[in-house]
Amino acid sequence: MMQASTQVSTDVKRVITKKPELLAPAGSLEKLKIAVHYGADAVFIGGRDFGLRSNADNFSSEEMAEGVQFAKKYGAHIYVTTNIFAHNENMDGLEEYLIDLERVGIHGIIVADPLIIETCKKVAPTLEVHLSTQQSLSNWQAVKFWKQEGLDRVVLAREVGLQEMLEMKKNVDIEIETFIHGAMCVSYSGRCVLSNHMTARDSNRGGCCQSCRWDYFLYAEKHDKGQEPLETKLFNEDDAPFAMSPKDLNLIEAIPKLVDAGINSLKIEGRMKSIHYVATVVSVYRKVIDAYCADPDHFVIDPEWIKELAKCANRPTAPAFFENTPGHVEQMFGNHSQKPNANFVGLVIDFDEDTSVVTLQQRNYFKQGDVIEFFGPEINNFTQKIDTIWDEKGNEIKVARHPLQIVKFKLDNKVYPQNMMRKEAYHE
Amino acid sequence: MKKPELLVTPANVTEVEGLVDAGATAVMVGEEEYGIRLAGEFNRDDIENALKIAHQKGAKVYVAMNALFHNESLPKLPDYIQFLSKIGVDAIVFGDPAVLMSVREHAPELKLHWNTETTATNWYSANYWGRKGSTRAVLARELNMDSIVEIKEKAEVDIEVQVHGMSCMFQSKRLLLGNYMTFQGKDLQISGRGKNQNLILHDPERKAKYPIWEDKNGTHIMSPKDMCMIDELEELFEVGVDSFKIEGIQKDYSYMRQVTSLYREAIDLYFLHPDKYNGQKENLFTELKRIQPSNRVLDTGFFFKETVY
Repeated sequence: MMQASTQVSTDVKRVITKKPELLAPAGSLEKLKIAVHYGADAVFIGGRDFGLRSNADNFSSEEMAEGVQFAKKYGAHIYVTTNIFAHNENMDGLEEYLIDLERVGIHGIIVADPLIIETCKKVAPTLEVHLSTQQSLSNWQAVKFWKQEGLDRVVLAREVGLQEMLEMKKNVDIEIETFIHGAMCVSYSGRCVLSNHMTARDSNRGGCCQSCRWDYFLYAEKHDKGQEPLETKLFNEDDAPFAMSPKDLNLIEAIPKLVDAGINSLKIEGRMKSIHYVATVVSVYRKVIDAYCADPDHFVIDPEWIKELAKCANRPTAPAFFENTPGHVEQMFGNHSQKPNANFVGLVIDFDEDTSVVTLQQRNYFKQGDVIEFFGPEINNFTQKIDTIWDEKGNEIKVARHPLQIVKFKLDNKVYPQNMMRKEAYHE
Repeated sequence: MKKPELLVTPANVTEVEGLVDAGATAVMVGEEEYGIRLAGEFNRDDIENALKIAHQKGAKVYVAMNALFHNESLPKLPDYIQFLSKIGVDAIVFGDPAVLMSVREHAPELKLHWNTETTATNWYSANYWGRKGSTRAVLARELNMDSIVEIKEKAEVDIEVQVHGMSCMFQSKRLLLGNYMTFQGKDLQISGRGKNQNLILHDPERKAKYPIWEDKNGTHIMSPKDMCMIDELEELFEVGVDSFKIEGIQKDYSYMRQVTSLYREAIDLYFLHPDKYNGQKENLFTELKRIQPSNRVLDTGFFFKETVY
C-alpha cells in the first residue's frame, strides 16, 4: 500500500520521502507552464471534447504536445479530463481522440462514463485511467469495485471526510486523489441537472451554468383538498434569500493529515482561474507539503501562507466535509463573492543583473509610486515602491495602462522570468 | 410485441392494492435508509406486506437501494439484501456500486436494476452495468426521444423510462434548508413535514417553483413541472421500452390511482390496435389535465427538448 514512508536518520529527525502529488488546474498552455513552473507535480487540462468545461480555452492536440514537452523537463504529468456522461451522439470520434492523447504523451485521463473507461483500455491502454469525482465515490466498497474494473486511481466525492479516506486506504490498495482547494459543486457531482432544467444546458456534458450560485426564495406551500395551495414566505423582506452556494474549499491546515493518510494526489480546482490564481495557490501548497515532509515533527503553518492564499481568493473559504458535515457557516447567504485583496499587475520577462532593471509584461494598471509585491518559486516575496518606469523604447512613462505592454523599471532584489508582480487592491 | 410494464410508486401498503387494481404491474417501494426520494416509507414489514398483496395480483415489487452510501452504511447492507432476497422481491434498484458488490457476495440470485437518476445517458453504459449484473437500466430523465429510442435498440438489458410525474434536479449531502433556517435564527421543522406542507423555492427570473426537501440523504430539489407523456407514447411502444414509470412523489392516492388507470388504458388501447390509442390519446390527456393539481404544470420533460453544452 502506498503509505507515506518515513526515514529515520542518525540525528533521529523524521523526514517523509513519499510526498503526495500536487495536482493543479490548467485551462490553457500558459497556465500549464505557470502551474508546473510554480511547483505542481501534475496538471489536469481539458481537450476539445469530452470534458466538462466547454467555456474554458481547451487544448488542441498541438498544444497538448507542447505542454507534454514542457512538463517533461520538470518531471510533471499531464492528465486530460474526459469526464462527461456521454450521450449516444458523443461516441463519435472518441477512439481517435484517446489514441491521440496517448500519442502526444498524456499520462492519464480523468473519466466518469464506463463507455470512455472501456474504450480507453481498448484503444489507448498505456493511458492511466482515473475515476472522476463525477461518479461521487463515497465508500470503500465502491472504491473496490472500480479497482477491480482496472482503474489506476479514484478521485473521491467532495463529501468524503478524513476518517472515510483512512478506511478506504485501509480496505483498498488504489491511488486516491482528493480536492484540497477551490470552488466546488454543492451537490453530489454528477447528480445535479439544475442547469438542464433552468437553461437547457447539460451540466454533465460541460454546460453547467452554476444555477446553484443564484438566489431563490423559500416558501411553505399548504394544500387543502379542493383549494388552491396556500403559500407562506419563510423569510422577511430584509433577510438574505435562500442560496445553495457553499464557501470554496481550503484544506491548507489539513495537509499534514492528508500526507499521513497516504493520499496520493492533492488536487486544486479551477481551470477557469487566472495564472495569478494558479501560481499563488500552487506555490503556497508546494511550500506546505515540502515543509511538512521535510520536518513533520516540527511543522507549523506559517501565517504568511494563509495571507498569501487570500491574495487571490474571490470567495470566503472553509474545510467543507473534511471533519464534519458542513453547517450554515460554510454556506454563503446574501453576498456571493468578495474581491481578492491583491491584483496581478505584471509578469516578469527578463531581469538584467548588471543594471537591476526588470522587463515586465503589463497585466493590469499600475503607476510610478505604487507599492508592489513580487513572488515566484525562486524568490522570497518582497515589496517595493516603483520609481521611474520606461516603455519598450526607453521613454519614461508615469503609468502602465496598456494590457500586455512591455515596461521596465529598477528593482532592489533579483527576480526571474515568470515571477509575478501584484499590487494591493483597494475596495470601497 | 409485449406490453410494457407499468411501474408506480405507492406511498404506503394500503395504496399497493388499489394501484395494482388500477392497472400497475409493478411497484417500487423502500425506506429512506437505503433508498432516495421515495413516495413513502416502507419498513421491512411493509415491504413484506406489499409483496404479498402485489404478488397475489401478479404484480412485481422492486425495492429502492439507490442512495449514495458512505462507509458507515456499508455494514447494514448485507442483512437488508439477504432479507429482501429471502422474502423474494423481484429486484432491487441501485446506483452505488457498493450495492452491486454486496449483492454479489450475499445474495447473487437477486436481480438488479441500475438507476443513478442522471448518469444513464448512453446504450454502452446501460450494457456495461448489464455485464456487471444488472438486468435493467433506468434512463436519465434528461434524454430526448431519439436518444431513448437508440438506447433501447442497442440495449442488452431492459429499459425503464419515466413517463409521468416530477423528477429530481439536485441532491446535496448538505442540509441546505436546515442551514438556512439556522442562519436566519428561525426554528422550523424541516424534515418529516406532512405531505400537505411542502417547501418550495421560487425562482422569479424563470417564474418557476421547485419543490425542495431535506432528509437523511441530504437536500433534494425537484423539477418545476410534471412530465406527462400519455399522448406521446407511440415511439416508446414501437421501440419496445420495457417499463413505463409513474413517479408518485408528493402526489395523493386518488390522483395516483386515476393517473395509473389512464396510462393503463393508453397501453391497453395501443396493444388492441395502435389506431385505437391514436384515436383516444387526446381524450386521455384531457382527462389527465382535469385531475392535475393547479400548481404543477404538465410538460413533456426532455423528450422533445434540445439541450446544449
